[in-house]
Amino acid sequence: MGKRIGMEVAIAAAEAVALCRIDMAAVYPITPQSHIAEHLSDIVHNGQIDAEFLTVESEHSAMSACVGASAAGARVYTATSSQGLILMHEILPIASAMRLPIVMGVCNRAVSGPLNIWNDHSDIMHVRECGWIQLFAENGQEVIDMTIQAFKMAEHPEVMLPALVNIDGFQLTHMIEPMEMPSQEEVDKFLPERKPFAYLHPDKPVSMGCFNMPDIFMETMKAKDMALRNSKKTIIKVWKDWAEIFGREYQPVETYKMKDAEVAIVTMGSMGETASVAVDEMRKAKMKVGLVKIKLWRPFPEEEFKAAVKGCKTIAIMDRAVSFGGVNGPVAAEIKSLFYHEQERPKIVDFIMGLGGRDVRVEDFISMAERAKKKKEDTFEFLGVRE
Amino acid sequence: MRGKKRELPGHPMDRLLRVDRIPHIWCSGCGIGTIFGGVLAAIQKLDIDLNKLAMVSGIGCTGRMAGYIKVDSFHTTHGRAIPFATGLKLARPDIKVIVASGDGDLFAIGGNHLIHAARRNIDMTVICVNNLNYGMTGGQQAPSTPLGFKTTTTPEGSPEEPFNFCYLAAACGAVYVARWTALHIRLLTNSIAEALQKKGFTFIEILCPCPSVFGRRNKMGNALETLKLYHDRSVIKNEIDPKEAGIDLFGEIVVGKFVDRERPTFIDYYRSIVCHETPEDNVIRIAR
Ligand SMILES: Cc1ncc(C[n+]2csc(CCOP(=O)(O)OP(=O)(O)O)c2C)c(N)n1
Ligand code: SF4
Ligand SMILES: [Mg+2]
Repeated sequence: MGKRIGMEVAIAAAEAVALCRIDMAAVYPITPQSHIAEHLSDIVHNGQIDAEFLTVESEHSAMSACVGASAAGARVYTATSSQGLILMHEILPIASAMRLPIVMGVCNRAVSGPLNIWNDHSDIMHVRECGWIQLFAENGQEVIDMTIQAFKMAEHPEVMLPALVNIDGFQLTHMIEPMEMPSQEEVDKFLPERKPFAYLHPDKPVSMGCFNMPDIFMETMKAKDMALRNSKKTIIKVWKDWAEIFGREYQPVETYKMKDAEVAIVTMGSMGETASVAVDEMRKAKMKVGLVKIKLWRPFPEEEFKAAVKGCKTIAIMDRAVSFGGVNGPVAAEIKSLFYHEQERPKIVDFIMGLGGRDVRVEDFISMAERAKKKKEDTFEFLGVRE
Repeated sequence: MRGKKRELPGHPMDRLLRVDRIPHIWCSGCGIGTIFGGVLAAIQKLDIDLNKLAMVSGIGCTGRMAGYIKVDSFHTTHGRAIPFATGLKLARPDIKVIVASGDGDLFAIGGNHLIHAARRNIDMTVICVNNLNYGMTGGQQAPSTPLGFKTTTTPEGSPEEPFNFCYLAAACGAVYVARWTALHIRLLTNSIAEALQKKGFTFIEILCPCPSVFGRRNKMGNALETLKLYHDRSVIKNEIDPKEAGIDLFGEIVVGKFVDRERPTFIDYYRSIVCHETPEDNVIRIAR
């Protein structure tokens, strides 16, 4: 049986990684990820798990080392944030192209400049096309659960793709929360040993990373896209397995009080909790508002999202990154294109909020829902910015 | 602070400081402030035209220097101070460029840039504060961490041999290489002044107490005790081959000016070979 614990979420993430019996972690420290790196090194050095901990000289090397180890058949983990994620960027699509099931924690933090260490989603939005499975955790429990689930999703023979878990920097990483830490037996039951399909071994040589000429490159890209799209089936199956063992259910898109909602607030990550408080307040005031939380960002859960907002007239999206010069924020871009072909499409109102650690309060969600409801057409605005 | 503003007496360095940014973020007992004082004193001593001086830093506790000095400065991304400074120098060859950064910034994530700037002999002065770890992020292992010393990512002690920064910089072609500690403040100030007057890639490493993280992990006591260690263990060996100039916290900490030589700079070669401004043979002959 799992154990109730009170723990800092970053430390809990490292403990969850240990339960997955990784072979290697290569990590370069960066705020707000550093506690994951430090605690993992403690876990390895005190003999809690039989693994290597590599202190590399940059994130570029961290991801490269993960690719090397994963290609040799190892189960590997890394974690980073902001500038570190962007420095890794070059290697991220290599990991997915080589179908290497690396798991990474992304402790979301604003991207420079100007320099800022606080939370938003600009880091992950910069690299969203990297071909990885991308999950968003809402609280400490989800960080533990998704970290363990990510290994199973990534390594599944029908998937074989890297996976990352978004963990809001500070808002989650540095919080001490009550959580349930699964037992080793439970995790062993849930997560089988990694059985790589092809790996580097002198007895059975393979070549990885070879040149693709124009006559085959497009096919390779399509195959990668299909692999990621098809992974949704397995992801949902993994969540079913999880619920059977642990009793906690996960879905690509979660809804809260959406049944008769006229306005749907859309969030990703830790803000879902604040938004649900706002929904309760608005319901008390007889406003028909509900909440839609995207847990699976890649592959994007198209049907599930449409089903979640069915019948809803207004969608109010919280975007925590700017697509500079683009039509609107990245989450809204996704959702608008989803509804392009629909006869009856909802009004989609996009709000850029909570950048670089700017506080987002219950009142902000209320104001967001009210503003969205009044709008005549699709709009895009920065909420709460001083002019 | 609300209410009546207290009149503070001026400080002799105020001309060089962004006083509005003080108090600084450095921990009490940290050596970075003392070293920063040395940099400012050298600038003061040379009476450099402040419009002809720029400071570039990377990210880290040391990197904060660029935010406190009152000259044009750029607090760049982690590891990239040297390439930023290279661009700056090539666009404005008439100004003096100081790069001030940490051991991690200059030799881990940014190590590639340092070796190439030294090889090309880009005219800049690099001030490397070596506190033997990544201070800012909480004391993780750096390429300077001595073998066996503890950090937050090497709780059993670091299993890697560190770089000898001075040897590396010299091997890559730096024209001036020196090492001091945060205790050798007068020698350090003179050394910085000397380096600033030289043409080419000049490099000064300064050992620095980091009582909050490295010191605490390794039970080195407070900052004063680390300075006492520098006092007891450091030996000045000017002009020694930097290969022989080691940092042994239990033995000898070799400090001094190890390299002082002449070599055409990147701009000299560029002007002669690419722009044909000076006869090519001339510069190449100097090089030989
Ligand atoms: C790409 C990237 N990775 C990681 C970091 C986090 N980070 C900030 S400062 C630092 C290390 C600082 O060490 P050092 O350069 O030795 O400076 P010190 O703080 O010790 O003076 C790190 C890893 C970052 N800012 N950017
Ligand atoms: S952490 Fe260390 S290097 Fe950074 S300010 Fe504190 S004492 Fe100085
Ligand atoms: Mg340092």
